[in-house]
Amino acid sequence: MATVTLSAVTKSYAGNAVIHGIDCVIEDGEFVVIVGPSGCGKSTLLRMVAGLEAITGGTIAIGDRVVNQVEPKDRDIAMVFQNYALYPHMTVFQNMAYGLKIRGLSRDAIRARVDKAAEILQLGALLERTPRQLSGGQRQRVAMGRAIVREPQVFLFDEPLSNLDAKLRVQMRVEIKRLQQRLGTTSIYVTHDQTEAMTLADRLIVLNGGIAEQIGRPIELYERPASLFVAGFIGSPAMNFLDGAAGDDGRVVLAGGTVLAATAPAGSGVTVGIRPEHLVPAAESEAAAHLHVDMVELLGADTIVYGTLGEGGPALLLRLAGIAQIAAGTRLPLGFPPEQLHLFDRATGKRL
Amino acid sequence: MESRSGHLSWLPHLILVLGLALVGFPIYVTFVGSTMTTPEILSGHMSLIPGGHFVENYLAALTQGMPQLSGVPVARLMLNSLIMALSIALGKMLISFLSAYAIVFFRFPGRMVCFWMIFLTLMLPVEVRIVPTFQVTANLGLIDTYGGLAIPLIASATATLLFRQFFLTIPDELIEAARLDGAGPLRFLWDVLLPLSRTNLAALFVILFVYGWNQYLWPLLVTNTASMTTLVVGIKSMLTVDANTPWHLVMAMAILAMAPPAAVVLLMQRWFVKGLVDAEK
Repeated sequence: MATVTLSAVTKSYAGNAVIHGIDCVIEDGEFVVIVGPSGCGKSTLLRMVAGLEAITGGTIAIGDRVVNQVEPKDRDIAMVFQNYALYPHMTVFQNMAYGLKIRGLSRDAIRARVDKAAEILQLGALLERTPRQLSGGQRQRVAMGRAIVREPQVFLFDEPLSNLDAKLRVQMRVEIKRLQQRLGTTSIYVTHDQTEAMTLADRLIVLNGGIAEQIGRPIELYERPASLFVAGFIGSPAMNFLDGAAGDDGRVVLAGGTVLAATAPAGSGVTVGIRPEHLVPAAESEAAAHLHVDMVELLGADTIVYGTLGEGGPALLLRLAGIAQIAAGTRLPLGFPPEQLHLFDRATGKRL
Repeated sequence: MESRSGHLSWLPHLILVLGLALVGFPIYVTFVGSTMTTPEILSGHMSLIPGGHFVENYLAALTQGMPQLSGVPVARLMLNSLIMALSIALGKMLISFLSAYAIVFFRFPGRMVCFWMIFLTLMLPVEVRIVPTFQVTANLGLIDTYGGLAIPLIASATATLLFRQFFLTIPDELIEAARLDGAGPLRFLWDVLLPLSRTNLAALFVILFVYGWNQYLWPLLVTNTASMTTLVVGIKSMLTVDANTPWHLVMAMAILAMAPPAAVVLLMQRWFVKGLVDAEK
């Protein structure tokens, strides 16, 4: 077990910077998820920790040791790849044992470790099969087994569930979480799926264009997103954004003229964010605005209402718990609970 | 395989049988000739039923010194052919496997230059460079040696390209997984690349063995003494301009020359087809 310390880590390819200085201390035993859209540099960052990509600037330390110049095999890490990367000509047992064999462990020690990992992952019956005889979920488990047997200080996961179907993905997600809790090994996990990120992470790093937009616990990010990007990325359906401005008295007024119970520095352009689940239907007399409903999705557990704020105004999503019978074309009075409003500077995208 | 029932099912069979007869008949005649005496063959109405001199002819061909070959028996020529074909096949596989490995998996200055230089040699058939090659071989004192027979034919662009294409299909993540497992370049070569390439290697071996065995022009040039020449060249030497050609022995030699490549193809058929057809992934 170990901490992983990233200090001002940068990466550029032929002068093009793709990672712009990341600072983060990952605590011993912590499960950190790096999340972001494709091309944001999240895999590059992980591969730099693994030693598969050179570090352009800054340092990465595992435990107390700076590993910038350390070979991947000597970093005491294990990595699980998106396409599993199992050796196709080796059996499950050989796949898991290969790294241990190279490290010169005795035959008995290898057997013991593989058997233990196989038991944890319920692979006992599959040890003599080759990867092509396994299903996707089983291959994924073998890939994790190969990581576990090494008993590394850090697990690295590079979108390990992306190749699985939706149902299996949920199941494996739970398994990974359980496994990590059981082993207590520091883990870094890369994904573009915000549900995976929210459910697995002790802490999240939201990466956008090579910059860490925000680092924090999933609920912190949900409740207090530091930027427009994080606000839009975390949470599903995504947060509603409305243009507004602060008047001379600092009161925020939406483009449609709705006055909100929130203040911002006078005269500034503001983007107001509110999550679909935080908008509430209000009594007609107390309505701050009206939603012109144009579509309703009944999902059973909740209802998603699509519409616009006022006639022809900005698009707005509303999520109601349970089944709500609302017809398209309805004019729905809405309230904006002041404590659920997120205000962002329109120019910088930062939280106000 | 798609099974086809109905009124046209005999047609593919007919075509196959006709093709087989067309290819097989001359070989059959050769075989029949190898079981007869020369007067019987030259009688003008040669029988198509094998004669009674099978054992006698083949024993004579294999063990007796041939006057046309300065007293060297065919067994010696077969050995020469075998050594040459094996050296060429194995040498080509080794060289091309290693060069493809270097070109695909390593970043070094001039990598693409190396690749294109190998590729360019494809444009030059052996015959075009045969005079300079002979000169070099002669200067190295390799005339009438196994080295001279095999080494100049070992460099192979085709096999290098084949391996290169195959290596390029190996996912980067597999290479990275091996790196994380602590496998260095040689271990990766031995533990991962070689086992994954075995069907390719088998297919290549078959093709290259036949190629090496059937060489004619190069062995003809590079060998002067009869005891170093190959079977294919030897057959030609047996054909004298006068009427003294021992046709029964020539026929037997032709059959003997066909047997090893045929055996290699038959024995490795399964691997051969697999290597050409499936990518095993």
